[in-house]
Amino acid sequence: MKRPFSPYPLWTPFAFLAPFLVVFAVFLVYPLLQSVILSLEQTFGPQHKTFVYFHNFSQLLQDPLFFKALMNTAIFSGASVLVQMPLSLGLALFLNRPDIRGRAFFRLIFFSPSLVGAVFVGVMFGIIFGKRTGLLNIVLNRLIGFNLDFPWLQEYVMVSLILASLWMWTGFNMIYFLAALQNVDKDLEEASKIDGAGPWDRFIHVTLPAIRPVAGFVVLLSIIGSFQLFELPYLLLNNSAGVENKGLTIVMYLYQTGFETGDLGYASAIGWILAIILIGLAIIQRRLSRTEGI
Amino acid sequence: MDRLATNPAIKSSDFRRFGLILTYGALITFGILTLIPITWLLVGSFKTNEDFFGHLFLPLGEGLFGVAWDRLTLAHYWKLFSELEFGNYVMNSIFLASVTSALATFVAALGGYALAKFRFKGRWLITALVLAAIIIPGPLLIAPIYDLLYHLDLLNTYTGLILPAMGPAFGIFLFRQAMLNAVPIDMLEAARIDGCGEFRIFFSIVIPIVRPMIGAFLLITFLGTWNNFIGPQVILQDESKFPLSVAIAQLRGIYSTDYGMISAGTIVSIAPVMVIFLLLQKEFITGLTGGAVKG
Repeated sequence: MKRPFSPYPLWTPFAFLAPFLVVFAVFLVYPLLQSVILSLEQTFGPQHKTFVYFHNFSQLLQDPLFFKALMNTAIFSGASVLVQMPLSLGLALFLNRPDIRGRAFFRLIFFSPSLVGAVFVGVMFGIIFGKRTGLLNIVLNRLIGFNLDFPWLQEYVMVSLILASLWMWTGFNMIYFLAALQNVDKDLEEASKIDGAGPWDRFIHVTLPAIRPVAGFVVLLSIIGSFQLFELPYLLLNNSAGVENKGLTIVMYLYQTGFETGDLGYASAIGWILAIILIGLAIIQRRLSRTEGI
Repeated sequence: MDRLATNPAIKSSDFRRFGLILTYGALITFGILTLIPITWLLVGSFKTNEDFFGHLFLPLGEGLFGVAWDRLTLAHYWKLFSELEFGNYVMNSIFLASVTSALATFVAALGGYALAKFRFKGRWLITALVLAAIIIPGPLLIAPIYDLLYHLDLLNTYTGLILPAMGPAFGIFLFRQAMLNAVPIDMLEAARIDGCGEFRIFFSIVIPIVRPMIGAFLLITFLGTWNNFIGPQVILQDESKFPLSVAIAQLRGIYSTDYGMISAGTIVSIAPVMVIFLLLQKEFITGLTGGAVKG
């Protein structure tokens, strides 16, 4: 609907957009361009910069610590998707039963951990996974005579991380699945019931296809989140990357090089590799969901 | 499973009841597993450090329900607020989160309105830029923003921490989506014909219509700022300016074996958010899931 005349002064939309555009230009567009330049420089603090072309990137490709961070992040990301998605979906299916009472109450409890910041979750589980005094070892010890000195945070960093993030995000993802389940075509479910399909067949042929797009979206969100993991392991391991860098993640490495070593250039190069990975993942997800005709 | 149900000896109602018990069992189990860590931390923050080691939950003894209530202590909280001046960090967090969320929401509502309800040259370009900005991972901008703040002489200031959050691309997009269909053009035009100013129209007509979205976006921005660690950790240097997230990381480093104290500090840090959530669950869920899921 094109309108022949504009009933408002021409400057109006720009006046409304002005505050956003100013901040957007100064604190997003400019830093983004700046980060391209920075990634081609070697810096020592914000003052001393030398232009080194692609030296940072070639350095990164041979940097064993960076590969360690990349591997840790990828393993965490894959494992947390594999463990968390079935759990979130299972919980959502349970909650979706029409005869369940107290749905809102359960939803409230499951959802609440995702409000606790990663920093605080890290501190919390840092105590819980502790030797001798940690809740986990004490409970396991009383139940099955488990070793009280079991070194969760020294030897089994990845398992600890996945458990902590499971506590944090399972309920959050469940909310999405629950919303998707409530939009499943009721007539189709009824029809399959009348045709004599059992609950399992119904789940495979009716429910799963219906929630597939949401599942794809939740998986993508989880992976994007996992690749930006920093606070949780950093605080879990008491402001460090842990023994032998077992808990080093990409963003933690970015933080350490940029703000502990003071090389903002190297940090920017790491940031760009992270950005390329994430944008690549988002494109793959879009392609996949398109070929499925969604 | 279904063959079982067709066996005349087993009624399908029994079968359903069994399934229901199983479902409740799973839900309750997971609910308990969710609540245990926080409960343990809360109880731990009232225990002396000896009892922290000696008793799993409440210290057992002679009192009511077999719990030694008299052994519980407020010492950790006392020390936290008197010696370590944690009240100061609480105030810093409240200040930062309130100011950031109020300003960011205002900027986002203004911008979203312009993109949703006006036709002008460059509208699609700006919308595309906003969408592109949502994809950019935050960590990529940490180093260049630090560099920029250094040159603007804004390091170690709240201004330097709040300003970058005033261009909320995601918020602009949310408000644009919310206003596209919810705000009727006819109403705006009628107001214009009556001689209302543009800003008056915005405040008296548009804002009331998108009030739920305003609440939701305020909340998630508040939460995001409250929980933000890397920003203040990198930008602030004076301890007196730290928010709780940075203060708790310091506390964990310095008092690494004083578990009661760390527990108390963590409880103080997450309690305000939990209380707000209990009061405003619906807005939270709508906001956190980007409006995709109604609370």
